[in-house]
Amino acid sequence: MENNPGETPPVLELGGVTKRFGGVTALTDVDFALARGEVHGLVGENGAGKSTAMKIIAGVHTEFEGEYRIDGRPVRLRSTADALAHGIGMVHQELSIVPALSVAENVFLGSQPVNRFGLLRWRHMASQAREHLAALGIDVDPAMRAGDLSIGLQQLVELGRVLFSGARIIILDEPTSALSPPEVKQLFGVIDRLRGQGRSFIFISHFLDDVLEISDSVTIFKNSRRVATARAADLDKAAIIEHMIGRSHQELEETYLHQLELPVRSTEPVVLSARGLGLKGAFEGIDLEVREGEALGIYGFMGCGQLELARALVGKVQPGVGELLRGGEPARLRNTADGKKAGIAIVPESRGSMLFSDVPVYRNISISILERISRWFLKPREERRIAAKQVEDLKIRTASVDALLRTLSGGNQQKVALARWIAHEPKVLVLAEPTRGMDVGAKDDVVKIVRALKERRMGVVVVSTEPETILSLADRIMVMRRGRITTEFAGEPVGKDQLLAAA
Amino acid sequence: MSDTAAGHGGVKQWIARRLTAIAPLITLVFLVLVFSAMSPSFATLDNLSNILRQVSITAIIATGLTFVILTAEIDLSVASVANAVGIVVAWFTMQEAYVNIANLPLPGAFAIILAILAAVALGLVTAAGVTVIGIPSFIMTLAMLQIGAGICAMLVRGQIAYNVPPLIKFLGSGYIGPVPVIVIVAAVFLAVGHFVLTYTRFGRYVYMVGGNREAAEFSGVNVKLITASVMVIGAVCSGIAGMLGVAYYGSAQQNQFDDFLLDSIAAVVVGGTSLFGGVGGIPYTIIGLFVLGVLNNGLDHIDIDSFLKVLIRGLILLLALVINVYAQRLRTK
Repeated sequence: MENNPGETPPVLELGGVTKRFGGVTALTDVDFALARGEVHGLVGENGAGKSTAMKIIAGVHTEFEGEYRIDGRPVRLRSTADALAHGIGMVHQELSIVPALSVAENVFLGSQPVNRFGLLRWRHMASQAREHLAALGIDVDPAMRAGDLSIGLQQLVELGRVLFSGARIIILDEPTSALSPPEVKQLFGVIDRLRGQGRSFIFISHFLDDVLEISDSVTIFKNSRRVATARAADLDKAAIIEHMIGRSHQELEETYLHQLELPVRSTEPVVLSARGLGLKGAFEGIDLEVREGEALGIYGFMGCGQLELARALVGKVQPGVGELLRGGEPARLRNTADGKKAGIAIVPESRGSMLFSDVPVYRNISISILERISRWFLKPREERRIAAKQVEDLKIRTASVDALLRTLSGGNQQKVALARWIAHEPKVLVLAEPTRGMDVGAKDDVVKIVRALKERRMGVVVVSTEPETILSLADRIMVMRRGRITTEFAGEPVGKDQLLAAA
Repeated sequence: MSDTAAGHGGVKQWIARRLTAIAPLITLVFLVLVFSAMSPSFATLDNLSNILRQVSITAIIATGLTFVILTAEIDLSVASVANAVGIVVAWFTMQEAYVNIANLPLPGAFAIILAILAAVALGLVTAAGVTVIGIPSFIMTLAMLQIGAGICAMLVRGQIAYNVPPLIKFLGSGYIGPVPVIVIVAAVFLAVGHFVLTYTRFGRYVYMVGGNREAAEFSGVNVKLITASVMVIGAVCSGIAGMLGVAYYGSAQQNQFDDFLLDSIAAVVVGGTSLFGGVGGIPYTIIGLFVLGVLNNGLDHIDIDSFLKVLIRGLILLLALVINVYAQRLRTK
């Protein structure tokens, strides 16, 4: 970091910051400097350390080693409120807008102006909010319900609130992931204007094009370390990706930097297809086909609409337009029960929404097949027998099939979720983030399980934000970006860098 | 954890896991002992028969309510539906000349069928409101409570009807030898309820939907259908309880069942069935019914200010619930 004498110190500076969680080092000896009026992009893979760094800056993590300086003076933040008092504000990816309140109330949230009787000064608030937002180039009616605004405008209102509360350093976490191109343009316009007024931004994003477009400089994280900081003008997408995924020899193997040869495009019968599928606010114009014994991977960043698409494929949500065809026949799925009847099932991304923790393991598995084994009355012995077979096949570690599910470890619980559908044998199985939070051994088991499913002629759809998961499981890969499928890889060599670049 | 500690933990855990079931039982035993000590007329065979008779109508309502609460829904219209259906069956029955309602000369079976259909219809309206429109059951059944009261008011117009079909009269107020028929009916309802919940696929789905609604949906269970079904079951049980209640009390009039709303919910919850769904069942409800029955009956046997009794009853119910919450916490630790 060059700090020329006579130049003003950076508004914010980290020096040799290390952060450990128990035995895990999340951040190793990180230096970072943010100048006045600078937009500084922060990039890196999931788990590379950028969100830990951001949480230290925002006062979420208060325990760490190293220096934290604001305007050249060392500080120790005690809380996020403390950070805000120092002029540091944050706009999260999950917006904290209160949908039921008006725009004006949202702008003033927590600091509403009141008269001496403690009553809200509505008119004052509305006019202030309008003025304030107009200064940002945002033209919205302050009386409107915030929840009725588009996501892009909601985000700008939240940005307005953060600024209004006195922030001069603003952390933007994945601000463009849910925005349409014109909305991105509007956001960048606002950022540009504020940059001119001397406000500084930390811009965290997976969308490298966006980072390059708006940032003055970019810092790249990898494996808890800062690996590079450079002027955005001196970087391009390929160079950033190269820094992000590294090149060391031993890493080649595990990071799929090398090209992975996808098998030739399958010619088996199509088991599930979508034609022009769309769901407002989530995805649109989705065409896809899943063939017998084939694993289709859908890769995209968080919030690109892939989880909603996965739900639409099984009847959990109903797409607004387009149609699903199951084995060539149109399938209208009103709910997941219809999906199950059509032979389409899902293992969703979160364990909590999939499993019954206070219920024995065998009932967690047998719930998918009760209709098959019993017309009216339960057959617990049959249930236990089927569950025991799955426990053995999938190497699920449990005291017995009667043990309550919550006594199992996380990875084993996830396998129970898989076992439920393997026992049922649907024609199409959608797996959302099937390896999230798993250790290497368990991930390996999932690869084997998916291979076994394909051998049983099942069509598998793997949806993930982790390129490694997609590359290790899929035969054919579709990349989603902001609700649309942008690229398809089939029968050719593909690497992680290509996936990242396409998303 | 060392081996011995693990052993201790095992025993402790075993007790803790059953504490939800044990806690209401302890409350029950405690109440029986206290009332027996305070009044010689309490612990008699005659009085046991009284208690059984007194809880029977609550028991029939509570059977349906157990289904509803197990799916993490609630039905606040049970007493109102009971009242309405009780009045419907009387409305379709020939009354004395001075009772100025429909006075239709219908065969008894016909009146009963129409009354049951009315209960089903009310249940379907609730079910549609909750599952099709998506109104929270708390609010939807609050509206149904009012609608039921409205039906009662319209049908009897402030009068009292006394006649019900002979079958209803027999089931509600008859005796087989020394045994009140209504107790047998209540026992049958509880037994069938328990059987359905424990041994049928539908019963399993009821528990699974209550245990984790989203997970049930992701498992391909038709959650809305299950929810709708339990709302209809709740209404039908209430309706039948209402018909028998008219026979039990000997008359059909407005606001006759108002106490049954709190009593039936209290019986289910005091018994240990979780309002959050998925945990509990009919055996728990039976214990809860006895706690309620002993409490209501016992307070009449001891000599205290009758105005104070209501308060005491409330406090004891509160205590029972507090014990349940702690037992639940120990269980999940």
